[in-house]
Amino acid sequence: MTKSEEEIWQILEKISDPEIPVLSIIDLGIIRSVTVNDNTLDGISEVLIHYTPTYSACPAVDMINAEIGVSLHAAGFKNLHLKQKLFPAWTTDWMSEAGKEKLIQYGIAAPIGRSCDNGKLEELKIVCPQCGSNQTILISEFSSTACKALYKCSSCLEPFDYFKCH
Amino acid sequence: MTTKEIQNPLINFLLHLGDNALILGHRNSEWCGHGPVLEQDIALTNIALDQIGQARNFYQYAAKLISETSGEKITEDSIAYLRDGWDFKNCLLTELPNGHWGQTVLKQFLIAAYQYYLYQVLEKNSEEQLSAIATKSLKEISYHLRWSSEWVIRLGDGTDDSKQKILDALEIVWPYTNELTNFTDYEIEIIGDTYKNIKDNWIEKVYVVLTEAGLEIPSTVYNHNGGKQGNHTEHLGYILTEMQFLQRAYPNSEW
Repeated sequence: MTKSEEEIWQILEKISDPEIPVLSIIDLGIIRSVTVNDNTLDGISEVLIHYTPTYSACPAVDMINAEIGVSLHAAGFKNLHLKQKLFPAWTTDWMSEAGKEKLIQYGIAAPIGRSCDNGKLEELKIVCPQCGSNQTILISEFSSTACKALYKCSSCLEPFDYFKCH
Repeated sequence: MTTKEIQNPLINFLLHLGDNALILGHRNSEWCGHGPVLEQDIALTNIALDQIGQARNFYQYAAKLISETSGEKITEDSIAYLRDGWDFKNCLLTELPNGHWGQTVLKQFLIAAYQYYLYQVLEKNSEEQLSAIATKSLKEISYHLRWSSEWVIRLGDGTDDSKQKILDALEIVWPYTNELTNFTDYEIEIIGDTYKNIKDNWIEKVYVVLTEAGLEIPSTVYNHNGGKQGNHTEHLGYILTEMQFLQRAYPNSEW
């Protein structure tokens, strides 16, 4: 990895997911590659970033792209190409362990199991991120955003979101 | 623009998949703010969002292929907003009016069950981009299928009133279901022989869920077809009138 590529990864680490601000886009695992070409004719480094959206209709994609553009521009990277890469498809397995821990701290239960398990949602034991109880009930498969399900804790009686395993 | 004369089976198939997702997503979005309880309103609205996102992926891919072959600059927006009814290749079932809640969830169930098996086949397709879109969509559709199956069972196995309503809905929508697994040439060109398995798996899934709901598959003698070839019911025109109004009245306007 070149020095400027390293710098870009560090900048991206500071960009958060607009819907779950505790997670950076690196925690989410949506950045696939960063390539910098310093040998351009005009001397302006050319940056190529490949990313994979989390969900088909994730409304945060445009906002994240705009933030990447603004942050890199501010750091002097003025020639940016952002390319969407759908193959292979993003899964919750790509979310970093640090990211899962941050989710729980934030009050969202982190995805359980591997994305290919395809286990029945109601059979999963989801632990309440508020009080740690495993006495929880599924209220709805769809919650505040499409990527989350709504649960209720029978111990502390608080509702909470579960980031679905996709 | 028109896509009526396109012969390329992959483009036609992508348009068909995108049109199914867009038109059903548009119909489901009509429930936004009108659901029976807040959680279910949010659930169906999220499903609609998934579908419109899936439509965008198929349209973006189709737009790229059409632009490459025609030399014209075609985008996902021109495909959604600037085609006429005869260009749309969605199944008739997706454009049927929502009716009551039971009819909406029943339609959603019948289509999700079909997509669930179709996308498992597409996931293995050698076209990388098609396979990637299918893989992503399949995860979303698993949730749509589970959610809608539970509703069909709840209503069928519920009160006398809910059972009667879902029975009536089944009579209305069933004649439109044959089209789902009545595969056209452009579909068979892409998915090959596997279409037979999709049909068998679909009918089996429908049978299992309807049986659990205490319902029977209707013995319909007449089936409606044609959507996949661009021959639609009158309902599609009304959807397009509303959906395309802004781009038609103010061409090239941007948000």
